[in-house]
Amino acid sequence: MDDIRVQRDDFSVADEYQQLCQDNRDDGAVVFFVGRVREQNQGDTISRLFLEHYPGMTERALADIVAAARKRWSLGRVRLIHRIGALDIEDQIIFIGVSSGHRQNAFDAAAYIMDFLKSQAPFWKKEILIGPTGETLSERWVDTRSSDTQARQKWDNPATPDSLP
Amino acid sequence: MIQVLLFARLRDQLGTGAINLTLAAPTTVQAMRLALQQQFTEHADSLAAGQALVAINQSLCNDETMVINSGDEVALFPPMTGG
Repeated sequence: MDDIRVQRDDFSVADEYQQLCQDNRDDGAVVFFVGRVREQNQGDTISRLFLEHYPGMTERALADIVAAARKRWSLGRVRLIHRIGALDIEDQIIFIGVSSGHRQNAFDAAAYIMDFLKSQAPFWKKEILIGPTGETLSERWVDTRSSDTQARQKWDNPATPDSLP
Repeated sequence: MIQVLLFARLRDQLGTGAINLTLAAPTTVQAMRLALQQQFTEHADSLAAGQALVAINQSLCNDETMVINSGDEVALFPPMTGG
């Protein structure tokens, strides 16, 4: 039911969507999210990204997050891919796909998995910054954003739709 | 002796991916953190609670009084930035 992968290789959204749908007569909703490398961050131009992870702990943390989502919502299939290593601008970083009987569970679970992954799964991004003529200026480790922390904390609030009467 | 794995910015700052601390096990997260801060005084801030997260046997540990036993896999790293 769950397919969780940490890999260097790119992934095909079409293939993943197919896997969420194939021979699946139960689920009327499929929600997926793709995270990509963008060129601008904090006013600087990025040329590349390097994604480091903690082998072993990463896989365990992702499995725990998906299991927590399954406890909270009734879900069909969950597919989660996070890439590591060197990535270029416009490359895909992450895929989260969730199927469920109805749309709200799939929407909420996909957002929940993403929000927890940001702060609970041991990945770290390093950016390579470039100047106006494309010359490499510096490298920097990306800092946690407070908006990411807030996104996770909102799930602590019991007043989410799944718990309303 | 406790071996501590380091990742990302913390590994770059301390210049190594693993440090052997001459701490007798069992010890605590707090004592491990203090020993590292004393060994790397110039990076004491980066090693402080909140700045450097701790995982014991690949599970996040938010309790500074948590005991580290002999043979435990201990890791220290900055807040995560995946996704």
